[in-house]
Amino acid sequence: MIRLKLETPSLTLNHPVPHDISTISEDTCALETRNLNVYYGNFRAIRDISLKLPKRRITAFIGPSGCGKSTLLRTFNRMNDLIPGVRVEGEVIFGGYNIYTPGVDAVEVRRRIGMVFQKPNPFPKSIYENIAWGARINGYRGNMDELVEQTLRQAALWEEVKDKLHQSGLSLSGGQQQRLCIARAIAIKPEIILMDEPASALDPISTLKIEELMRQLAENYTIVVVTHNMQQAARISDYTAFLMMDEDRAGYLVEFGATAQIFTNPREKATEDYITGRFG
Amino acid sequence: MATATSARALVRRTTAPPELRKKRRPLEVLIQTFLFACGAVSILTTIGIVYVLGTESWLFFRSPEVDLLEFLTTTSWIPAVGEFGIWPLVNATMMTTTFAMMVALPLGLASAIYLSEYASSGVRNVLKPILEILAGIPTVVYGYFALTFMTPLLRYIFGRDIVEIYNTASAGLVMGILILPLVSSMSEDALSAVPRSLREAAYALGATRLETAVQVVVPAALSGITAAFILAISRAVGETMIVAIAAGAGPAFTFNPFRAAETMTGHIVRISGGDLSYDSIDYDSLFAIGLVLFLMTLILNLISRAIMHRFREVYE
Repeated sequence: MIRLKLETPSLTLNHPVPHDISTISEDTCALETRNLNVYYGNFRAIRDISLKLPKRRITAFIGPSGCGKSTLLRTFNRMNDLIPGVRVEGEVIFGGYNIYTPGVDAVEVRRRIGMVFQKPNPFPKSIYENIAWGARINGYRGNMDELVEQTLRQAALWEEVKDKLHQSGLSLSGGQQQRLCIARAIAIKPEIILMDEPASALDPISTLKIEELMRQLAENYTIVVVTHNMQQAARISDYTAFLMMDEDRAGYLVEFGATAQIFTNPREKATEDYITGRFG
Repeated sequence: MATATSARALVRRTTAPPELRKKRRPLEVLIQTFLFACGAVSILTTIGIVYVLGTESWLFFRSPEVDLLEFLTTTSWIPAVGEFGIWPLVNATMMTTTFAMMVALPLGLASAIYLSEYASSGVRNVLKPILEILAGIPTVVYGYFALTFMTPLLRYIFGRDIVEIYNTASAGLVMGILILPLVSSMSEDALSAVPRSLREAAYALGATRLETAVQVVVPAALSGITAAFILAISRAVGETMIVAIAAGAGPAFTFNPFRAAETMTGHIVRISGGDLSYDSIDYDSLFAIGLVLFLMTLILNLISRAIMHRFREVYE
């Protein structure tokens, strides 16, 4: 088993967003895909995607339904391993290594690349245990009470739940549950957080809270978010990747760049059609 | 005035126009009656059984030789001399049930976890039917399996002086094999009902398969698994053939699993199989035992149902 190299977060926060993604260097790149192809059996769901995700930035994946955004996201922490018949070709470089190299332990990858799902899925355990469980199985030996409080504060949930930490996580509202899931993910201090339409099952006010939270978290974490909501992508992300589906239903990357550029001055006609609503 | 108009409207509405008037559908009525009768048969049978158990037991408890307190507290069951303490029978039932559970619960749960969390769909499709074959073997076969395989095995391991030919351990262990498929299949249903999203949440936190299965999926399915366990206990308490063949013939109050002892069901079978005159106290005593047995399994089934009910609500 190859132990992945762990990098310490650099201290230069809030550095300006480089407008040109070709300037993303090895130091500022959190994860890179090279000629990534994903197959479900014989069906190719992702075709030849190469992109670099910048560190401590929010990158949004947008595109029509079924274009492979979620599939792509789930290759980043090897969640697709759990689905029988999925095959990945190409490379996903994280911490200097391809995580699909034989011998890399998917469990170790997932400890470093966390995930938040579309539907809030807290464990049917107490709020406290929801946070503590992940930390415990990852060998956390410090003060658990402190970790739980600190994590819930980071997830902007502490004030709402501090008096009922031992109630079931399922007793919370949908929006609170989703923030609990985000808290659970950051409790194990991942380097990247993948979010698969994290607000699509929530009401507008809860959505706003999640978006604010994502902006705060982006100061310390690299966030990749799949969203159907283009306004959301425009509001919260630094970079946007636009994916589309080919005639053979394989998803491919149309355009990837700074969000401002994608939304105001797209290079590709397809991107412009999509963001102006003439498509999909 | 308002009431007068609404009353008139009501009158008008009650007379349906001819084309909308209710048609007579004799077949519907017939089918409905037939289906109701089918349902009623099972309910009436249950009521009939409870009635017979109750009245015959009443005859038993009313007779001068029997005292309810003695029945429930003493440890000697010798009808010939008028000693009716049910504990030797209950104790033997609990002994065989305990041994059955020692086999069925861990193995059943482990196989359920394997089938639900580890096995690929191909393996599962082969293993599940095989496991279900175990449930299809007649219990009399299990009885002789206990007598001719398990007992010699126990005697080989623990010594011929210690293990009697008829003993509760052998009957209980084999009964565990009989009940294993029930535990496994019900537990697996409970595990499969745990939403996939919960497993994904665990995996995404870097949990291994074992951590996910044991610390997330099993606790989430705990009420369903508990219900399966209780139903299995109820099944073991009521199981008859294996204990009648292998556990022993003759009530004995002993905690030694290698000695012969007769369970409640075993006793009923043996006594009712022999020639026994109606109206005798021996005959009536069987119904009293049957009533206790019925109450035990009824309570267990009610608990199981209550737990299952709660379990269903969690994911709604």
